[in-house]
Amino acid sequence: MGAQTMQISLLAPPTDRTEPEMESARHGLALIDLEPGETAVIDHLALPPADQHFLMRLGFFPGAQIQFCRRAPLGDPYVYSVDGTQIALRAETARLIVVRRILVLRVPSPDAGDLL
Amino acid sequence: MSSILTKGCCDTPTGSPVVLDERTPSIDGEIRTVALIGPPNSGKSTLFNRLTRLRQKVGNYPGVTVEQRVGVLAGGGSEIKIIDLPGVYSLTPYSEDERVAVNVLTGKLDGLPRPDAVLLVLDVTHLSRHLVLAAPVIALGLPTLVLLNMADVFADGGGSLDVAKLAGELGTPVAMVSATQETGLDVVQRFLHRDLDRTAPVLPPVLPVVNDLPQCRKWAGEVGTRVDYRRHLPSTWSRKLDDIFLHKFWGPLIFAIVVGACFQTVFGLGQPISAAFQDLLTKMGQYAAPFIPAGILRSLVLDGLWKGVSSVLVFLPQILLLFLFIGLLEDSGYLARAALIADRTMRSVGLNGKAFIPLLSAYACAVPAIMATRTIENKRDRIATILIAPFMTCSARLPIYTLLIAAFIPDRPVLGVFLSSRACVMLSLYVLGFLAAIVTARLLKSSILKSTAAPFAIELPEYRCPTIHSIALRLLDRGRVFLRQAGTIILVVSLLVWVLTNLPIHHGSAPPLEQSVIAHLGHGIEPLIRPLGFNWKIGVGLLTSVIAREVIVGTLGTIYGTDPATHALTLQNALQHDLTFAGAMALLVFFAFAMQCTSTLAIVRRETNSWKWPAIQFAYMTFVAYTAAFAVNQVLSKLLR
Repeated sequence: MGAQTMQISLLAPPTDRTEPEMESARHGLALIDLEPGETAVIDHLALPPADQHFLMRLGFFPGAQIQFCRRAPLGDPYVYSVDGTQIALRAETARLIVVRRILVLRVPSPDAGDLL
Repeated sequence: MSSILTKGCCDTPTGSPVVLDERTPSIDGEIRTVALIGPPNSGKSTLFNRLTRLRQKVGNYPGVTVEQRVGVLAGGGSEIKIIDLPGVYSLTPYSEDERVAVNVLTGKLDGLPRPDAVLLVLDVTHLSRHLVLAAPVIALGLPTLVLLNMADVFADGGGSLDVAKLAGELGTPVAMVSATQETGLDVVQRFLHRDLDRTAPVLPPVLPVVNDLPQCRKWAGEVGTRVDYRRHLPSTWSRKLDDIFLHKFWGPLIFAIVVGACFQTVFGLGQPISAAFQDLLTKMGQYAAPFIPAGILRSLVLDGLWKGVSSVLVFLPQILLLFLFIGLLEDSGYLARAALIADRTMRSVGLNGKAFIPLLSAYACAVPAIMATRTIENKRDRIATILIAPFMTCSARLPIYTLLIAAFIPDRPVLGVFLSSRACVMLSLYVLGFLAAIVTARLLKSSILKSTAAPFAIELPEYRCPTIHSIALRLLDRGRVFLRQAGTIILVVSLLVWVLTNLPIHHGSAPPLEQSVIAHLGHGIEPLIRPLGFNWKIGVGLLTSVIAREVIVGTLGTIYGTDPATHALTLQNALQHDLTFAGAMALLVFFAFAMQCTSTLAIVRRETNSWKWPAIQFAYMTFVAYTAAFAVNQVLSKLLR
């Protein structure tokens, strides 16, 4: 998984979005659609402000890189890696976190620790 | 002036790089109170225990369910109070925990002085995430010492950062420490006793808008880059262990084994230990008897006080065993995985995965189970779990169950050799309690405790080896909380019951039971309980068993023992004389549902920090018990006529 590769986002930062783009993202890819091991960048959280806040405290910020690690043995919740911590979310929440795939440039890297 | 400490040079401040800053005024006056703050899982509690060496008081913040811990810093000359704040990720007042933290730090909380300084604990292995909290804390303007905890794990994983640069960025002294290894902690003493330059923080020029989380996070990331933060490589074995513990097949299997072991320990091992302990306490009372003048005083001391004390103490073995288990599970990191596995099932009744272990332990005893709900962060889910826990068939129900089943259910095979009729009834009672819990949970979650579908998240910490030290501290802490909180209330209720059984006094001695106040009360409630098939004697039993469920057996023994009509009979036979089959079944059902346990009520009050929840719980459970017992008695007596 991501430990041996360096991942570089080739997408514009989220602040540069225009309104129509935001609209399209709302119907786009959600955190729940990722494949195990896949990493994506959070576009926005389609949740009420208090819930957004709750998730942001855990590291789910717009612009944050999230890796999907695994599903719980019974299928739900889903485990994600955020800032190096594993956090499990239920499908109902992961469905409302809209993400953008990042183009991954696989560069062999002596350590992946320099990415914050 | 701010001074910077790095790992390994903590005992020689001169050896560490010192950044001079003439603008900073040093704070005059002594530090009397210091607040300890940090995100959840930053090792804050371990640090607090290390710093205070258990000289701490545990209570609740007024009006909320947030636990308040205040300790005294161990060692050093002057006495310094440490307030352990709840674990928070930010100071935006979105959650109860955050509001409490803000109120304490700004001195808005009655009874607590505004802290003179702040110890900010951050997990250095998750620095970018934890630094988000640094911005609002430093912005408060109090002298702050930033403790980067887990320095050992960080260094072992090849992580590094420029501590001097970080101190410069934050404008506060920064030190690398390890609470579990107890390294670098002397810096706290030096900071608080001014051996270390304790200065007001220099506000970093780039401090973000502190209530804007995305901004704070961006700032944290930038600070991380500027201080050359290199994330440690998380040990791969934690993920490898998860490949097994969260495996589709092995995961649930291991979960079942762990759960079975937990149940077996608390129930199978705790039960005999509790029984032996009870015997010991009774014997101690008997040995002491000759030393107390006979009559009313001996009765007060032994039947009132000592009985009350024993009924509290007898819970201790089970509480300690359960918390030993929960401590091992939590400190190793498995508890979070267990919650993850159980979540899907628990969700179907409107609760979450973190409620599973507490509810399971309620089969042994509701008291430790309710104390264990502390791991559930969602307050509504936590209260719902607390409210349904006493429906689980606890061990205190077994004496009355066994007595009534033996007296009224003939022993016949039901499923060949597998299940006898008696075991079948016992099993049904377990199922009945479980169903009541589930139905109540659904009711609560769709009415007064409806959570607005708040997201649920479980943080899966890396696996660790639990230390004996922290487990021991936890046991000591939980034991003390229980004894202090439950103990006082049980004592009061036991004394009250004693007074009622010993009044009015005739010629300087207690009246026979049937002439006591409590017997009059039993007669008084007889019209109320007659529809359930109970007479006044059972009524007295119900009244005395508010102390604890098992007390009814003793009370009935006394009543039938002193009654000339039944005293020659065993308790079983006496009950067969006095109760109809329908009435006996109603009594079983009553005990399955009723809240006959003062310890539980006391601990619910303590954990929810109000009388409201225990009052609701008592009223609801008594109502359910009454209605169910009424239905059982009426239906069965019609059927059997």
